[in-house]
Amino acid sequence: MNIHEYQAKQLFRLYGIAVPEGGPAETAAHAEQVARELGGKAWVIKAQVHAGGRGKAGGVHIADSYQQVTAFSRKLLGTRLVTQQTDAEGLPVNTLYVEQTSNIDKEFYLSALVDRSSERIIFIASADGGMDIEEVAATTPERIVSIAIHPAAGLQSYQCRKVAFALGLSSEQFRPLEKIMSGMYRLMLEKDASQIEINPLISTDTGALIAVDAKINFDDNAVAAHADITALRDPGQEDEKEHRAQQFGLNYITLDGTIGCMVNGAGLAMATMDLVKLKGGRPANFLDVGGGTNPEKVAEAFKLILDDPNVKAVLVNIFGGIVKCDVIAEGIIAAVKDVGVKIPVVVRLEGTNAEAGRTMLSASGLNLIPADDLSTAAQQVVALAEGL
Amino acid sequence: MSILIDRQTKVICQGFTGKQGTFHSLQALDYGTQLVGGVTPGRGGQEHCGLPVFDTVEQAVQTTGASATVIYVPPFYAADAILEAFDAGIKVIVCITEGIPVLHMLRVKAAMAGSDAVLIGPNCPGIITPGECKIGIMPGFIHQPGKIGIVSRSGTLTYEAVHQTTREGLGQSTCVGIGGDPIHGMTFSDVIRRFQDDPQTQGIVMVGEIGGNEEEEAADYIKAHVTKPVVGYITGQTAPPGKRMGHAGAIVTGGKGTAAGKVAAMTAAGIEMVSSPTDIGVAMKRCFS
Repeated sequence: MNIHEYQAKQLFRLYGIAVPEGGPAETAAHAEQVARELGGKAWVIKAQVHAGGRGKAGGVHIADSYQQVTAFSRKLLGTRLVTQQTDAEGLPVNTLYVEQTSNIDKEFYLSALVDRSSERIIFIASADGGMDIEEVAATTPERIVSIAIHPAAGLQSYQCRKVAFALGLSSEQFRPLEKIMSGMYRLMLEKDASQIEINPLISTDTGALIAVDAKINFDDNAVAAHADITALRDPGQEDEKEHRAQQFGLNYITLDGTIGCMVNGAGLAMATMDLVKLKGGRPANFLDVGGGTNPEKVAEAFKLILDDPNVKAVLVNIFGGIVKCDVIAEGIIAAVKDVGVKIPVVVRLEGTNAEAGRTMLSASGLNLIPADDLSTAAQQVVALAEGL
Repeated sequence: MSILIDRQTKVICQGFTGKQGTFHSLQALDYGTQLVGGVTPGRGGQEHCGLPVFDTVEQAVQTTGASATVIYVPPFYAADAILEAFDAGIKVIVCITEGIPVLHMLRVKAAMAGSDAVLIGPNCPGIITPGECKIGIMPGFIHQPGKIGIVSRSGTLTYEAVHQTTREGLGQSTCVGIGGDPIHGMTFSDVIRRFQDDPQTQGIVMVGEIGGNEEEEAADYIKAHVTKPVVGYITGQTAPPGKRMGHAGAIVTGGKGTAAGKVAAMTAAGIEMVSSPTDIGVAMKRCFS
């Protein structure tokens, strides 16, 4: 789960990580009011969307008068921001963050994340702040330093010093850096963050270390334990259908093809998409109905697929393990009746109670095409979708 | 022979009296697994599915002599259950639970480091030695005792591989689902090393997916140490980057963990790669003709 920069910075303050003074605003008038309260001569106006690359996409402006604050706010609010990290439709700008400008002397990169191969929380830092860290990693890996934290020992001072030396900080800046890193580490542990990124972390003309940007990603498996974090969720930044799917415990991801896919198990769902492509078709979605599936869940899955006007045919691929095929068949029949399906649905059932499931589908009198071989099923659905 | 479990293996179930625990315990008993009891704290002394219920894993181990456990405990309590089993001296810990917070698993792995106990999963279908012992949620009837070792990160894709190797008349020695979480127990290499050493296993099927670099590591291992034929399949070629494809671990980030990268590494290691999930069985069969 992602949160906005202004929310991340509120958390940073709680964890002793220095950030510039600022406040969120949802109207141009409010933005101007925030700027007046902050005082000073210039302000940064930042569009709040769940994507990076905002600066290059025109989502960040520097205003040097209250009129400009209002003008930039009007320009941004209510639009959709398209960045290199969003799709072509972009994300809605409903909130701005108005912030004091900072006197930047140096820019650094600092992040903490759960590293799957070392099975540790690691910190990654680079003196090349403000840049795309993946590009730095690819072109000049020697300019990146990383440290791994043993969960029993926790973050140690020497590890922070190692980062400080690598960033070329002055000795007066060691303690402030340690304060930032320990704040990040505590935030990771206490709120189940999976990644915290500060890009850039700046050193000001007076040597202060300040997080000018803030990005936090939380472990989806853990957010339920943190009511304060779930309250920060902004459904407007999420794909409406993906969000709806989550309410029903379904894993759904929108793609741009014509063949709707409904599969049990994430691996098989991906494999089904790959197979559709291999047979010359294009998958319209990833959809894993998961374990513990009931007819309501299957019906909801079906509605999600059929809501997409691009879908010309549907492939249902179920290998019953946890999910029994007769339960799936019941769900398919209920959903097809409920939604009123007009497009062909190819169904491949295998595993527990497959025979019973197939019998139920055949006896339903609905537009359901049973197939017991996955390869044939994929071929059939591609032919139907392409109108061959 | 098989790996990790056989007809002698005594198994207990944690989360025994819950809905999942009950359903799959009955299925396991039906299959012939030596399930000898279960654990549900506060219900020790009762009987469930005709077997004794214990309050703690320690009591269960002392009374039954179990050396393996299967965990059907909700996600926020599963790490605790794994460590309880580990502490009680269980050697094969199978965790089915999906949705365990990653920081919990990070602590579990640190606690188990350097021990001879193995963790299978979490977020996995479990492990089965066909005809002998089934620990997990896989449908037993698709398996057939035989010569192929199967290892996979995905549950239902494992069933595909099983179904196909059964249909080709090859059967399976042992099938291990290592799970779809980013931080998990046994790796591909851990399982493949045991398949290489197991005389019953004559061929290996390895089913990977996008995310992480375990497949690449296994490819290196196979190139250096494995003499048995290996058929490989990688799923997620059409997955958009940056999106989590159902499994917490199935995500391509920063151009790393792509299907193309894994296929290339595995091909270079001499693994027989198939591009369709429906060709796994046929390709394995071809290795023996």
